[in-house]
Amino acid sequence: MSDAQTAPAKSTPAQQVATGDRAILPEGAKTIPIYVMGKKYEVPETLTIMKAMEFAGFKFLRGCGCRGGICGACPTVYRKEGDYKLHFGLACQTVVEPNMYLAQIPFYPANRAGYSLDEIEPTAEAIFALYPELFRCVACNNCTKACPMGVQVLDYISALKQGDIAKAAKLSFDCIQCGLCASRCMGELPQYHIAQLARRIYGKYIQPHADHLAKRVAEIESGKYDEILGKLTEMSKDELAKLYKEREREPDLAPLGTWMPQDTQYL
Amino acid sequence: MGYTPEMKELIKRVEASRPERVERARRGEHYPALSLEEREVVLNKFHPDYQQEGRRPVRVGPNKGQAFPEEVAGMLESRSMLRPERIDLSKVDFDTDVLIIGGGGAGTSAALMASQAGLNVIMTTKLRHGDANTMMAEGGIQAASQECDSPFYHYLDTIGGGHFTNQPDLVAALSHDAPLSIAWLESLGMMFNKLPDGRLDVRHFGGSSRKRMHSAGDMTGAEIMRVLRDEARNRRDLITTLEFCPAVELLLDEEGKCAGAVLYNMETREFFVARARAVILATGGFGRLHIKGFATTNHYGATMDGVVMAYRVGVGTNFLYSTQYHPTGVAYPEQNVGLLITEKVRGLGAHVLNIDGEQFCFPLEPRDVESAELIKEAVEKNKAVITPTGRFGLWLDSPMIDLLHGEGTVRKELPAKFIQFDRHGIDISKEPMLVYPTLHYQNGGIAINSAAATAIPGLFAAGETVGGIHGENRLMGNSLQDIITFGRRAGVSAANYASNGVELKKLTLDHVNKFEKELAEAGITNPLIAPILLPDYATDEVSSRRLMDAQMDSE
Repeated sequence: MSDAQTAPAKSTPAQQVATGDRAILPEGAKTIPIYVMGKKYEVPETLTIMKAMEFAGFKFLRGCGCRGGICGACPTVYRKEGDYKLHFGLACQTVVEPNMYLAQIPFYPANRAGYSLDEIEPTAEAIFALYPELFRCVACNNCTKACPMGVQVLDYISALKQGDIAKAAKLSFDCIQCGLCASRCMGELPQYHIAQLARRIYGKYIQPHADHLAKRVAEIESGKYDEILGKLTEMSKDELAKLYKEREREPDLAPLGTWMPQDTQYL
Repeated sequence: MGYTPEMKELIKRVEASRPERVERARRGEHYPALSLEEREVVLNKFHPDYQQEGRRPVRVGPNKGQAFPEEVAGMLESRSMLRPERIDLSKVDFDTDVLIIGGGGAGTSAALMASQAGLNVIMTTKLRHGDANTMMAEGGIQAASQECDSPFYHYLDTIGGGHFTNQPDLVAALSHDAPLSIAWLESLGMMFNKLPDGRLDVRHFGGSSRKRMHSAGDMTGAEIMRVLRDEARNRRDLITTLEFCPAVELLLDEEGKCAGAVLYNMETREFFVARARAVILATGGFGRLHIKGFATTNHYGATMDGVVMAYRVGVGTNFLYSTQYHPTGVAYPEQNVGLLITEKVRGLGAHVLNIDGEQFCFPLEPRDVESAELIKEAVEKNKAVITPTGRFGLWLDSPMIDLLHGEGTVRKELPAKFIQFDRHGIDISKEPMLVYPTLHYQNGGIAINSAAATAIPGLFAAGETVGGIHGENRLMGNSLQDIITFGRRAGVSAANYASNGVELKKLTLDHVNKFEKELAEAGITNPLIAPILLPDYATDEVSSRRLMDAQMDSE
């Protein structure tokens, strides 16, 4: 490990209040050293990696998205000084620690197979045909260890190998497609693309369809509501307010599909 | 991690007042709610939407004379980053049927519908495909899918929630299409929460007369976005996605029709001319303008780009003065700042407290009133906690919930929040949370009709960038429905328009010159350059060392 150069310490005037998303160093707060791709920066403790890097002067183009831990734009790999162990996290969710060495992986080149959801056979074999590399998995579990969302990646890959699409779909549901699993995979699997395919096959072909929705769609397409919606758009505020106040409220505890209002003329 | 020793000291004051407050709550005694007159006073003085201070009339363009928040007015009065005379519009780099600007839920829905009609689509986006507020919506998506419900009631709930200010034809379109949107998403393989027989699981929400909120776990928006994105990737033959390549200006032809846009590769800093027979703006909201310094729940790219570009070609806005603030955004820990803490926490009995552990407001005022009360306690009374990163915070006393409803209630009723804080060493069933109002949603935006068309032929718009559907107040679950309904309508309308013998004449950026002339005539000498594309979070100290930027600004 090379000792990187030190940026000059930041001085800040007293009694600042952070606004928007711009971080500041309040009076009396401590700074700690972190190493961004090997280069040392002094940043305020308690900040996330993302905000600490912005405090240091970085402006993200890649590696920054929702800033709320759900979009998968900011996967980050880091280790701590004197420790061999690699850690994985999202830059927007992981708090800086003294002497952490970090690098972002904003993109990972993973194979994605194109397909037609309408024409695909909803079988595990169809998934195997698109992703034969599935069987290169050696069950090392590095994927699961790398997942910042705690998804049991190996478990859903194993479920798929056994032909259980429903299980794979459910196990992979929290995936944010950041690509850290693929980056750690010895078998070079694109786990998150395979999981997406499994979930869509499950949602379209395995999960039962909503019959009441299909009925409602048919009613709408037959023009059933066109007249009443047209009338509503012509109504005065007072007329609308009257109807609004007269609405019956579906009881909270009524099981779905059991309750009907007294007034059924607008259904 | 967890709270700092200094904050732990302050928490002792909350703990000291808690037994007495819990006793009062058990007796059914509340901190008195405000009268309607008192509400009016606190709203006018402290709610960012009501305050006159910080807003001003815009001096140019279609909404000239109307008052907007300073940050929004500044964007409407901005100038282009392009110098039109330096761009050779006769050299066309991309030529397509439909150009879609923005790759979130609305843009991607539009791309799928336009490609369905067999047209070539280019979708440009400034970050990655799918980087959008759509991804972040947790709660759900509305549609009158149940037998006891109908588009009639969806219409009434929506327009009542918007204080009857909404644009009627847009509300009709929304409530009409909502079940179609759900069926479309189901056909694309989206995993909705369902009962074992396939019936869609639906819930009530604030302002609903029927259970109409559909969801996919607590990540409905993310599930919608990844399914739409995956489908767009399957249609590469017709849909070309250009990432990190936002549009920075619309192009018109000599007849005044919209005819494309100038694109900017943010990585190589090259500009490209994209010609298209129809253009759809789907660039999202403006949360990252941090109006009045507020933190936001919004995505990194929510910078009002579409409104800015539309304004320069003469398309005005509706309700753009109206912004939704949520009273309880996270103020600490820093990694969660701005994120929502659901109203349910206060619904379960948690008090809102100042730095001394004292109650100062009724915890269940309407959202706008509650926000104003918190702001008042911080800025007027100086009774907020200042976090280690210098933010205002007021206590939300979540440990009361277990005391009132029994051990384990917090974990059972608020599992996601519990985990979110537990990850940072804070047990919200034992320690209170620090909260402050957060900027949540751009209620207004580009004026459209129910076909998602703007006043300029060939220019369509959809998603958070448009205004009118929600009037001055949006109901939960109508934003996800709005992006699908109007995204799909925009895609269909643009495809119809582009297939009907549109003949593009010579491309022009004259509207940019005209707009800048208007700026000069209004005496606006140093306008912002926009779209800004991304917010800048550099500290003042870093900015002052960026000598090259300083030099360019002075030129």
